[in-house]
Amino acid sequence: MTIDEVQNNIIEEFSLFDDWMDKYNLLIDLGKELPVIDPKYKVKDFLIEGCQSKVWLYPGYDGKLITFTADSDAIITRGIVALLIKVLSNRTPDEIITSELYFIDKIGLRQNLSPTRSNGLLSMVRQMKLYAIAYNAKNK
Amino acid sequence: MKDIAEIRADFPILNRKVYDKPLVYFDNGATTQKPQCVLDAVDEVYKSYNGNIHRGVHFLSDMSSESYEKSREKIRAFINADKREEIVFTSGTTGSINGIAFSFGERYIKPGDEIILSCLEHHANIVPWQMMCERKGAVLCVIPINDNGEIILEEYYKLLSSRTRLVSVTEASNALGTVLPVKEIIDAAHSVNVPVLIDGAQGIQHGIVDVKTMDCDFYVFSGHKIYGPNGIGVLYGKEKWLSELPPFQGGGDMVDKVTFEKTTYNELPFKFEAGTMNYPAAIGLASALDYVLNIGREDIAMREKELLSYATDRLSAIKGLKIYGTSESKISTISFHIKDIHQYDTGMILDKMGIAVRTGNHCAQPVMDRFGIDGTVRASLCFYNTKEEIDTLADGIEKVKSMFA
Repeated sequence: MTIDEVQNNIIEEFSLFDDWMDKYNLLIDLGKELPVIDPKYKVKDFLIEGCQSKVWLYPGYDGKLITFTADSDAIITRGIVALLIKVLSNRTPDEIITSELYFIDKIGLRQNLSPTRSNGLLSMVRQMKLYAIAYNAKNK
Repeated sequence: MKDIAEIRADFPILNRKVYDKPLVYFDNGATTQKPQCVLDAVDEVYKSYNGNIHRGVHFLSDMSSESYEKSREKIRAFINADKREEIVFTSGTTGSINGIAFSFGERYIKPGDEIILSCLEHHANIVPWQMMCERKGAVLCVIPINDNGEIILEEYYKLLSSRTRLVSVTEASNALGTVLPVKEIIDAAHSVNVPVLIDGAQGIQHGIVDVKTMDCDFYVFSGHKIYGPNGIGVLYGKEKWLSELPPFQGGGDMVDKVTFEKTTYNELPFKFEAGTMNYPAAIGLASALDYVLNIGREDIAMREKELLSYATDRLSAIKGLKIYGTSESKISTISFHIKDIHQYDTGMILDKMGIAVRTGNHCAQPVMDRFGIDGTVRASLCFYNTKEEIDTLADGIEKVKSMFA
């Protein structure tokens, strides 16, 4: 599936719920399902510190695809982290660099990625792209 | 006294819904809502008599200057200062403290001098002093707190020394709600000729502040936390200090004579009011103080005490909920954490139920460090809140617990 196909799937999944609580319940479930990050990556080097919650992000690269693993200390943040990983993990650097993330806005979670809501998510998206740019540069 | 329905009707925003739920506004420690009279007062400035203060020869300028100076007089009376010269308008508490930290540092501080703060300070009463200390080679000393979140007075007495130049403490902790024994702090400092600044940002809206009885040397507060507009604050300073201190900002209106060789400064309080001040907000603040006096400060304090006691009982009864800040002497602020649930998660879910609380470290990281936590959920109540709203919060917390179980 392309990045946009995954995004569209997520939008569809969330559109089943009108109620905010149901949407957040889904996020909580996604947060709980997120594979556990290897503790050796849960260190300062991979920490993105927000003033509300923390995010750890580790990029693995096999020369072709970037695989992200991540975690957060807050479950709702972890749910959104899980969505970002669904969309952007196991992708080539080029795919990640040129991607446009519209699903967050469409499922009504834009406030979670606003610069004023410092939960580390906006920085996480930026960091994912920066890793992709770095690996891309290394290839050339 | 007005009944609660009448009081709430004075604040248009309290009537609104968020996510289709009635708003429960428990973030008064961050900013308070504004009664209609304050909105009207500010509106009236722009609609009927807006003109830059102290500058023009024209009718509008005269009218707004007069209204601005009347506001200064109201503030003087509200905190019972001796003279209007002792009331300086600023942008807020942060602006006031930064100003004093700069001027006091320039005038009096030498390497090795000490400034005493408490562990309960908001970052606004830490960072300006730290910046000044770095510039001047001075040192910050911190009064520790006990497990209830109260400062340990004996430790404070030990910190006071011949090197101490100033004590700057909050009247009440924004993060825990603890009210500090400011009278004891001030008396002890004065016994060794050390001046004291009181950060009233979380104090003035909850009771009667009388700077004369308190005998503080400086008292600072923000307009928006006492039902006034944003962007206005007050710096009270005893005249002898304000006369001696140099200005912290240069510009128009604060000068007497300007040549390229030398500038002499205007008299008090204008020496500290450089540039165009936020006079519409100052006029709005005076209206807010009138409103508070009209409700009655004793009545406000009594109502809030009742709300605090009810909320403390309701929240303490929730299994797994721990309250941080358990002093006998508190403003109506409750900081808490639910076992195994991140404060951000709690806040996000409460928000979806229409309940506005603050989460995180509340700009008071040293307090969080002292308790070994990285944040709490804070419900800060004020006199327009109700017991029914507290019930909604308690139910909301139970719902949060069930969602994250």
